[in-house]
Amino acid sequence: MDKLIEYTPLLARGALVTVALALASLALATLMGGLAAAARIGGGPIGRGLVLAYTSIVRGVPDLVMILLIYFGGQRLLNILLDLFGVAPISLSPFWAGVIAIGFIYGAYLAETFRGAYMTIPKGQLEAGQALGMRGLPLIGKVMIPQLVRFALPGYGNVWQVLVKSTAVVSVIGLNDLVGLANDAGKTAREPFLFLSAVMLVYLLITFVSTNALGMMERRFALKGHHAR
Amino acid sequence: MRVDLVLANWQLFAAGVWLTVQLTFLALAIGFAVALPAGIARARRRPIISPIINGFVYLFRGTPLIVQTFLIYFGLGQFEWIRDSSAWGYLRDPWWCALIAFSLNSAAYQTEIIRGAVESTPKGEIEAAGALGMSPRQVDFLVLIPSALRRALPQYGNEVVFMLHGTAVASVITLQDILGAGRTLNAKFYLAYEGFLTAALLYMAITFLFVIAFRQLENRYLRHLSLSR
Repeated sequence: MDKLIEYTPLLARGALVTVALALASLALATLMGGLAAAARIGGGPIGRGLVLAYTSIVRGVPDLVMILLIYFGGQRLLNILLDLFGVAPISLSPFWAGVIAIGFIYGAYLAETFRGAYMTIPKGQLEAGQALGMRGLPLIGKVMIPQLVRFALPGYGNVWQVLVKSTAVVSVIGLNDLVGLANDAGKTAREPFLFLSAVMLVYLLITFVSTNALGMMERRFALKGHHAR
Repeated sequence: MRVDLVLANWQLFAAGVWLTVQLTFLALAIGFAVALPAGIARARRRPIISPIINGFVYLFRGTPLIVQTFLIYFGLGQFEWIRDSSAWGYLRDPWWCALIAFSLNSAAYQTEIIRGAVESTPKGEIEAAGALGMSPRQVDFLVLIPSALRRALPQYGNEVVFMLHGTAVASVITLQDILGAGRTLNAKFYLAYEGFLTAALLYMAITFLFVIAFRQLENRYLRHLSLSR
């Protein structure tokens, strides 16, 4: 137990890496998901085909395999590309390889969430906006986005909860996140069970905090004046 | 791309596929044996047992599978009484550790699936069975469980794929599953991605087979729910 207290600053730094990795991955996943949803809705047969290929690959390949493939294979690809343009090679760090892999994976799930939310918006809403003389950005910003957020939030929250747990496998490529550091420190301190239990508690804490934060956001974006949930 | 090396080492991958499939099915089967009574007990809100099951489910669904696997494989050796016990022969073996971790994890997810399916069983079905003079045990085994499991089929399809992908963690604790085979190939011939790419394709192929199998099962057992055909 004393050892765990001694290592707490180190583990706290690892927890920060985990949270930073999860947030950066979520940002990339949101971007990928938005693009994929847009391509699926309005991209024609080519856009739909590309999105289908994207989601099929993601659904078929385990996250750990994707991370290893991007870390080792992506580095090779990056070197070839940079060499073509005559740029000096850049090394892909475990952190950014993890962000790319996890963002790529969960982008496919978010695409479905966003598309579902888009389909839920009644057509009349857009038509009403147009009837009021809105077009372009105001129409999207004032009519579409608030409703998209409202309908997409529950699904978005679920994807986030799964994404956070997925970040744990990035420790396999040597990232000093919570899992990697605790696993090493636990072996050094000869108390691996205690250290790994602490890791589990931190993940439960992240889940707990996220659940509450998401609940607050869902209430914030809920329809005002309708039945309180 | 060294396809020749992959093909020359096909036995490595064949053994990997066998181990992955074996771990997936055993974990799902053991998980099911635990989850069926646990899920029903949860749905009926049995005092004392229900909160305990709830805690188990929360713990195993809220933390990453890789940490659970590390906790059992690296963590348990911390305790002298475990090392001295007769179970140590199994608990020091990565295959048993992986199977225990995957089974517990799957049990937690399956408990939630079964709880949901049992709770959504139409009351009329149970009352009709009672009206026919069935004993509570008969109602459970002849009406409630078959009916609930049918409705759980779509979620079971997801859980099977989730477990298949989860088993890739086994390669981190030295097991030669599909990903393990890919890592061995890469290490042996100093390759960057060929082994991982082969592993990714194999996982995709197996996922695809599972998805097709579940679609067939759903067509057969949920035919009464499809609207018009």
